[in-house]
Amino acid sequence: MVQPDEVMAAIRRALPDAAVEVEDLTGGGDHLQVKVVSQAFAGLNRVKQHQLVYGALRSELASEAIHALAVQTSLPS
Amino acid sequence: MDATLRQRIDELVGSSPVFVFMKGTKLMPQCGFSNNVVQILHATGVPFETFDVLSDMEIRQGIKDYSEWPTIPQVYVNGEFIGGSDILIEMYNNGELKEKLTVALAS
Repeated sequence: MVQPDEVMAAIRRALPDAAVEVEDLTGGGDHLQVKVVSQAFAGLNRVKQHQLVYGALRSELASEAIHALAVQTSLPS
Repeated sequence: MDATLRQRIDELVGSSPVFVFMKGTKLMPQCGFSNNVVQILHATGVPFETFDVLSDMEIRQGIKDYSEWPTIPQVYVNGEFIGGSDILIEMYNNGELKEKLTVALAS
């Protein structure tokens, strides 16, 4: 498991302008939902947008510290 | 990644216009996210084939490298990776999925 603020910090290291919300869906710290708003998503399709977020959390996902990650990405309005 | 493994995955992906790598089977999904994808595809009424990654550790890991996508399920339409559960839900809700599948199955 990981702490929501560690997840937020990892995403902001990769996407410094990002507004990030992390929700722990089960309280167990391994089923997380993240909402990420960043200008970095401009011009990218959804797969590529999500790949940026996954890339930021590569080690946590590979180790299965995060088992399930729901991702929503959007551009700043 | 290993060329033989890549070829195996290429062949699976190419075996049906709509192909899903999932945990479990259509009848018995073993994960809520895989179940979401199966239910959505059933709702669209298109034929699709699936592969149970729990039955094959090599594919289970290999498919993540293949698509540079770290999670299962993974949905492919005419060989193109279009997303996992979240993206499928979004595309279903905004009508994009139906459009994409209609085009894919017509070609």
